[in-house]
Amino acid sequence: MTDTINIMIVGVGGQGTLLASRILGNAAIDCGFDVKVSEVHGMSQRGGSVVTYVKYGEKVFSPVISEGEADIILAFEQLEAYRYLKFLKKDGTMILNTQKIAPMPVITGAASYPEEIIEKLNKTGAKIIAIDALSAALKAGNAKAVNVVLIGVLASKTNIQKDIWQKAIEKTVPPRFLQVNQQAFEAGYNDQKGGGCV
Amino acid sequence: MKKLMLGNAAIARGAYEAGVTVVSSYPGTPSTEITQEIAKYDEIYSEWAPNEKVALEVAIGASFAGARSMSCMKHVGLNVAADPLYSVSYTGVGGGLVVCVADDPGIHSSQNEQDSRLVAISAKVPMLEPADSEECKQYVKQAFLLSEKYDTPILVRLSTRISHSQSLVEQGERVEKPLGDYEKNIAKNVMMPTMAVKRHIFVEKRLGDMKRFAEECELNTIEHKSEKVGVISAGIAYQYAKEAFPEASFLKLGMLNPLPTDLIKDFAKSVDTLYVIEELEPVIENHCKVIGVDVIGKQILPKTGEYNVGMIKKAVFGINADTHNIDEEAPGRPPVMCVGCPHRGTFYVLNKLGLTVSGDIGCYTLGALPPLSAMDMCVCMGASIGMAHGIEKARGDDFRKKTVAVIGDSTFLHSGITGLIDMVYNKGNSTVIILDNSITAMTGHQDNPATGYTIKGEPTKTVDLEKLCKAIGIENIVAADPFDLSGFEKVVKEQTAADGPSVIIAKRPCALLKGVVFSGALEITDNCKNCKMCLRLGCPAISTVDGRVVIDSSQCVGCNLCVKVCKFNAIEPITPLTKGMKL
Repeated sequence: MTDTINIMIVGVGGQGTLLASRILGNAAIDCGFDVKVSEVHGMSQRGGSVVTYVKYGEKVFSPVISEGEADIILAFEQLEAYRYLKFLKKDGTMILNTQKIAPMPVITGAASYPEEIIEKLNKTGAKIIAIDALSAALKAGNAKAVNVVLIGVLASKTNIQKDIWQKAIEKTVPPRFLQVNQQAFEAGYNDQKGGGCV
Repeated sequence: MKKLMLGNAAIARGAYEAGVTVVSSYPGTPSTEITQEIAKYDEIYSEWAPNEKVALEVAIGASFAGARSMSCMKHVGLNVAADPLYSVSYTGVGGGLVVCVADDPGIHSSQNEQDSRLVAISAKVPMLEPADSEECKQYVKQAFLLSEKYDTPILVRLSTRISHSQSLVEQGERVEKPLGDYEKNIAKNVMMPTMAVKRHIFVEKRLGDMKRFAEECELNTIEHKSEKVGVISAGIAYQYAKEAFPEASFLKLGMLNPLPTDLIKDFAKSVDTLYVIEELEPVIENHCKVIGVDVIGKQILPKTGEYNVGMIKKAVFGINADTHNIDEEAPGRPPVMCVGCPHRGTFYVLNKLGLTVSGDIGCYTLGALPPLSAMDMCVCMGASIGMAHGIEKARGDDFRKKTVAVIGDSTFLHSGITGLIDMVYNKGNSTVIILDNSITAMTGHQDNPATGYTIKGEPTKTVDLEKLCKAIGIENIVAADPFDLSGFEKVVKEQTAADGPSVIIAKRPCALLKGVVFSGALEITDNCKNCKMCLRLGCPAISTVDGRVVIDSSQCVGCNLCVKVCKFNAIEPITPLTKGMKL
């Protein structure tokens, strides 16, 4: 039995993590895997810390990933990368968008945004791939395509074929945004250095 | 072909395939998408009711009339629908009647963490609990068969991780269920004492019949593996347990009320050590203890919060996860009102006036959090108005003048209106602010009786909140725009000072609604004195970088509230030139 691949997508409500997890889920099904995608709806979507889980393999039980069990964490924001690092496997990979979004306790002055997060993450020995996905999305034509840029980076790190990802995007994204998202995917896919990791 | 589906969508698919023709619900996370998906099937009549009690009553009527019908709600919604539920348990059904209830372990989007299995036991209504999307579909179909066979409503229990997880579902065809005959039968359908006495006897007999069914049915299955360790589990907890105990034997329960006895005893005999893994209340565990089966459960695992695989492994085997660690604590990121949210204006003013605010359930409950910090209490749907009235009766008129109730449009129609009637009838003088954002926002934009559209998007009659309040005896009704900060403040001051009950309708649509347009992103100019007044709005687009206030142009929509609180004219629309530089 092949091991289940555990992928977490973390970010701030409104950044498009849900769509990213659905693209990933659809790509995994196309490969013939059993798939579970766990989403967040309701109050926590309103600008809060959000996490979705995607698991695929021969047979998936829990839709949720526990601490130390994620093969890949796709982090849409630095603080959220930092918050969920403990979910990463020792030999897992964190793909990190360098964007920073201040949470309300930081805005009100009750807390401060941690400094030099990427350096701290690197120091733990975890494999960290950082990318400015917001700039890449703006180049592709829409700031909201950050999620698909990151999916592009993720795609380049999996054993799932590129055309399966492209099909999954066509299936998941509304037609009028397809072109922007296809460009965003390419930007993410071509950005990365290094071979597949899962 | 197998399709990736949310548990909620799979419930809807199951109802569709089962030939359901009437569904009435009230939205509530994590149950909302069931009825939203149902609305996409034109073979099914669907509606949003004003509250869960009405929704269930509509489904009961349809069932009496011979149709397969369904009502869906969240756990606390089942409290609202408890009155009809407990008595339809006595009457039984005509066409099959299924009530889907979604619990929220971990309290992702609720006010409490109650366990609906206890309601099923108390109402003597059989309950099924699926463990993935495929089972959601199958169990709903099975529930309709059981409902008709045993003459009972059936509860289908979901939880956040079942409702909001996607897994693979095999799609089937719809089998039309012809409308059953309607027969007048007052001995069965009129619950007054002489009839109800007899129906209670029927209910007890039915529970006995269903218990025999539970001993043998395919909903409760044994997976034999290890003779050393056995696990009894159900629903989402079963999925966690399967990963935590890969070698154990399992008794997976798909029917949670009534629970089997012999099946559990036999399973217990086949293993040396028996665990019960269930989130929230020890329902299965207590049943095991009553029937004399020794199990390990809540002595090692909590009654609070969600479970996960790692937690179970740690509690049972003492295995800690191998993780990367950073010592520094990450600051929290609680949910916030969206950029452009109309509630921000309301709560900014209430905070400024230092009022005691009796709150309610919706996006605006976020007004309780800093920096707006303008809500003192929030208990359940519709409670704000009754509580404000109670505050006045307890503390008198001076305190009343420093108190307001706030309630959303949908919540007001759900169960706020009765509180307001009470206040008028019993000579209260409180001020109620109805936050009319033209939608049921928190649950993801559902229409309601005040929006003018049905669940299918068809135009319909619109409840006129002003006329409604007038009709029940409120004389002081003022509409105000919460983005007109000074005007809104003036209205609140006047109404709270006045004698007699009053209603302020804070009218401005949800910022996320189609057709709501703003002027575009703003920026801080050189006029800024860094006084940080704008930070008091709690806008997620305004923060400080290196001690200076900045507006994040990727988030700001240009609602202009910050422009209104800035005393130095230091916030302006981004000029094309600077916008170009920012990119």
